[in-house]
Amino acid sequence: MKNYDLVVVGGGPAGMAAAVAAFDAGVKNILIIERDTKLGGVLNQCVHNGFGLTRFKENLAGPEYAEKFSDEVEKRDIDVMLSTMVLEVGADKTVTAMNSEYGVFTLKPMAIILAMGCRERSKGALNIAGARSAGIYSAGTAQRYVNIEGYLPGKNVVILGSGDIGLIMARRMTLEGAKVHAVCEIMPFSSGLKRNIVQCLDDFGIPLYLNHTIVDIQGKERVTGVTIAEVNPVDKKPIKGTEIHFDCDTVLFSVGLIPENELTKNAGIPMSPRTKGAIVNQYRETDVEGIFACGNVLHVHDLVDFASEEAEIAGRSAYEYISGKLNKEKTVNLINGANIGYVLPQKITVPSGDVKVFFRVTNVFKNVTFKVKDGDEVVISKKKLTVAPGEMETIVLKSDLLSANKSGNITIELEAQND
Amino acid sequence: MTEKLLTCVECPRGCQITVTLDDGKVVSVVGNFCPRGKVYAENECVNPKRVVTSTMNSDIGVLVPVRTDKPVLKANIFDVMKKINATTCKTPIKLGDVIIANIDGDANLIASKTVK
Repeated sequence: MKNYDLVVVGGGPAGMAAAVAAFDAGVKNILIIERDTKLGGVLNQCVHNGFGLTRFKENLAGPEYAEKFSDEVEKRDIDVMLSTMVLEVGADKTVTAMNSEYGVFTLKPMAIILAMGCRERSKGALNIAGARSAGIYSAGTAQRYVNIEGYLPGKNVVILGSGDIGLIMARRMTLEGAKVHAVCEIMPFSSGLKRNIVQCLDDFGIPLYLNHTIVDIQGKERVTGVTIAEVNPVDKKPIKGTEIHFDCDTVLFSVGLIPENELTKNAGIPMSPRTKGAIVNQYRETDVEGIFACGNVLHVHDLVDFASEEAEIAGRSAYEYISGKLNKEKTVNLINGANIGYVLPQKITVPSGDVKVFFRVTNVFKNVTFKVKDGDEVVISKKKLTVAPGEMETIVLKSDLLSANKSGNITIELEAQND
Repeated sequence: MTEKLLTCVECPRGCQITVTLDDGKVVSVVGNFCPRGKVYAENECVNPKRVVTSTMNSDIGVLVPVRTDKPVLKANIFDVMKKINATTCKTPIKLGDVIIANIDGDANLIASKTVK
């Protein structure tokens, strides 16, 4: 088998963008390994629009966005192996994979980009009481049934969790003739985008029950009903007497995404418990030199446009690494301070250019001030009207600010004013 | 004068827009980050519109993702869905091909994927 300079694990939006950027930077022997029968990843089943507004200034459907990138991959001399499963990534930069043509084989590229994406949290991860009958799906599974396989998984639906996929599926199943009785969300706010509350729920009169969860699922063979109840906002325990029952045949779970990092962990790459992805520097390089990570395997993005942007950083950096140009003299640690859930990258190596830092807040706040600190000294202060955990925040750290860093740490924190 | 609070659905930013109406006519639009938000807010008060996205059966049994190339009247969304589900498209199809012209007013239904 051919020797590759760069192997990209995963052919979704991040993998494709990383490979194209690496090729354009100068890496010539690139292989993308994808386990599905085509490139594009989850975008193939995301037939709704809202993709590409940042990147292409167009409002594209998921498959359109994917095709723009797969066209770019096709135009270049980038090898693609489909229906191929990567079994193991080694810290010595080996990739062991398997397919029906070559059996099990091992590659030893100069650099690896991990772009395996994420998967849905399942019902099992939630400890929901009630029957284990047929008719319970994750929202993404239902999406695949409706949009790829052409089956409507049910006619009367209750959705737990107000993540974007759940909201999108509430609309999708309504359009195809199902009745969505309720979306319930245990938190006091939706984890989905505001626009999806409007265009997926309000447009169709689908009620959103905040501070509610499912307390029982009924049905021996097939789901026959669901009971939801209000929860105490503090301890999240159901409140007796607030139960509402719905007759339904289907329950969808849209309760979050988890980066798919089995390969990363097996390689011994240090992980962040906050992002559930690898710890990386601004090049999206993990603590194992020459192994990069990008897209939803690194942290779950709100928009594919941002996943592509991140993947291009990883792609270009893989070239810099292969050609020995990644210069690292000093490391500054980025720390999530008060009210900040995570910061990415977690490290910045200096000298650097300007670095765009991504972070999430821990709760919904109004009239906030973001403070960037070098030790105790505030070096950037930025105000914002409203923030929510579902919406990623960014701040640019200028090159000179980074090289002038004295404490070795940069802390980002949020100061919320009381109403 | 009445005020209406809207969430723009044009992009994930989801601007909170305040529209001031005088006798049903839009007097001012405040809170939109971009020009698309102004158009959205004006339409939303008079004649709400949405882009419809779905899938269509094809002659080779593969589902083809489709969407309207312009927003259609919100009230007509289910009519558009009926037309989509009553049609089987012929392959091959290129991304952007018009599958049903003028599916609602001047909006066409186009393929959002190439299917060979």
